[in-house]
Amino acid sequence: MSFLVLDNLQKSFGPVQVVKNFNMSIEKGEFVSFLGPSGCGKTTVLRMIAGFEAPSGGTISIDGRDQSRLKTNQRNIGMVFQAYALFPNMNVFDNVAFGLKVAGTPRAQIEARVKEMLALIRLEHLADRYPYQMSGGQQQRVALARALAPKPQLLLLDEPLSALDAKIRVSLREEIRQIQRQLGITTVFVTHDQEEALSISDRIVVMNAGRADQIGTPSQIYNRPATRFVASFVGTLNMLDATVVDPAQQTVQVGGQVITLKERLDGKSAGDPIVLALRPEAGSLGGPGDSTLKGDVLSSSFLGSVVRTKISVAGSPVSFDTFNAPDLAMPKPGQTVDLRFSSGDLLVVRD
Amino acid sequence: MSVWTRIVGWAVLIFGLLYFFVPLGGLFEFSLKARRGVYSFDAYREVFADPQFQATFSYSVVMALVTIVIGILIVVPTAFWVRLKMPWARPYVEFVTLLPLVIPAIVVVFGYIRLYNTASWLPLTGSIFGTNALLAFGYTILALPYMYRAVDTGLRTIDVATLTEAAQILGAGWFTILRRVILPNVVPAVLSGAFLTFAIVIGEFTLAALLDRPAFGPYLQRIGANKAYEPFALSVIAFAITWACLALIQFVSRFSKAAPARH
Repeated sequence: MSFLVLDNLQKSFGPVQVVKNFNMSIEKGEFVSFLGPSGCGKTTVLRMIAGFEAPSGGTISIDGRDQSRLKTNQRNIGMVFQAYALFPNMNVFDNVAFGLKVAGTPRAQIEARVKEMLALIRLEHLADRYPYQMSGGQQQRVALARALAPKPQLLLLDEPLSALDAKIRVSLREEIRQIQRQLGITTVFVTHDQEEALSISDRIVVMNAGRADQIGTPSQIYNRPATRFVASFVGTLNMLDATVVDPAQQTVQVGGQVITLKERLDGKSAGDPIVLALRPEAGSLGGPGDSTLKGDVLSSSFLGSVVRTKISVAGSPVSFDTFNAPDLAMPKPGQTVDLRFSSGDLLVVRD
Repeated sequence: MSVWTRIVGWAVLIFGLLYFFVPLGGLFEFSLKARRGVYSFDAYREVFADPQFQATFSYSVVMALVTIVIGILIVVPTAFWVRLKMPWARPYVEFVTLLPLVIPAIVVVFGYIRLYNTASWLPLTGSIFGTNALLAFGYTILALPYMYRAVDTGLRTIDVATLTEAAQILGAGWFTILRRVILPNVVPAVLSGAFLTFAIVIGEFTLAALLDRPAFGPYLQRIGANKAYEPFALSVIAFAITWACLALIQFVSRFSKAAPARH
């Protein structure tokens, strides 16, 4: 039995259905990210788990207990908000102690637990500070400690890193993941940032227009996107329009150049249009690979560790990255080059 | 800033100060003239020696404090709830809270007397306690526009919705949220509303006179009708006390632990 089960969850605001038949089972101790563009319903699902919104249909159960009759303050869930939401009238200690005080925990225990939590986020020395005296990153760490102090059965993170600047964002996400592993707490993380989701999750749910398009590990999501939406939302992806030449031999042509695919083309017949996708890191100039496409260089940009080159293959722009090396000759615009890649990296995109 | 605009600025400021302080100065000067030919504090001595002054003034102070408490208990939860759950109702609630500005106190008090007289189903005017309660409720109504606006403005400076949700998920119920999270964050706003309430109640005449309660307003009127110098001394005293209250509130809010929310 899974720990958190969302069964056929639905939510409508008036005539607008924002969450449609959402099903998901999350194991104890798992770190799951809901990834999607704004308005895809990911935050609404999170708010239903927290009890801030009532589902229009379906059920939520935690550890086998149906949550629909429980109010937010009876669910024993910890939550971290995008806007920190620390209580401005309380110092760090009182903020972290709030949940314990509400629960009527004895004073000595509160003190010990708050100290433990502040040690966990390495802010023991700031216990007397007020929220407005701290940086965004510090405030969000305090918010995390506050959420964890009452030992919740589930931790919800609602875009906790979006308001922070880039460097803090990366270090704090690593810290969150490390604390989550240390405590073994089941966590649901909502984000619109694919890099964030890929880097810290056990599993990712890619959401699109109220539905879960794909649920899988980061590598499954990235390497084997199930739908065109997932493919285009996660990472940069080149789309190539191709035509099937011979379904039995799995050959297709892109602007007159024939390629043999590794993937089967079931249900297609010769002459059918299909869409192929290629990750920028899968291609190279004259590198290893069993397939080649000719193209004209459109541009080439130096990005430090990599060089991103854009070429035009039969009218479709294709970007690919090569690692930088001191003796690397940058391709010049107008030059005709051979793009080499392994045919196994070519994905057939299904809608 | 050019010299010219600076001169105009100063001129406007000086005009404003004169407009405010010249009558006050005149008032004060006249209040010192109780003894022929010399300045003296005779009028003040008279006022302070009058047991009626002490009785009515302390009665009004107590009523003001009671009114402030009732006002906070009614206004803070209402403004909070309207902000959180019924934002569509804000214009209506604001309209209702503004009614006391357009409905004269005399109308309110006649309504009270008709509704709550000794022959009615709730004979509040039949006992001293009941009449006091009625007076406090009336004062709360009069202070409502100021109290509501102050608290509503205070709530605007904090993220009410998110703070409420943060407290809820930590296990807090509505009472705890109001007492521990919302109220402490609107203390400066509540204080300014409380100050205005205090000032209104101390000087209020109509309600107290018609409900026949021994408040400061009717006393002021009585002295004014019967004595020459004492009313002016009383006015100066009333001003001084009001300003002392203002300073006290400033002091309290500046040194209160609750730091202002910043965004």
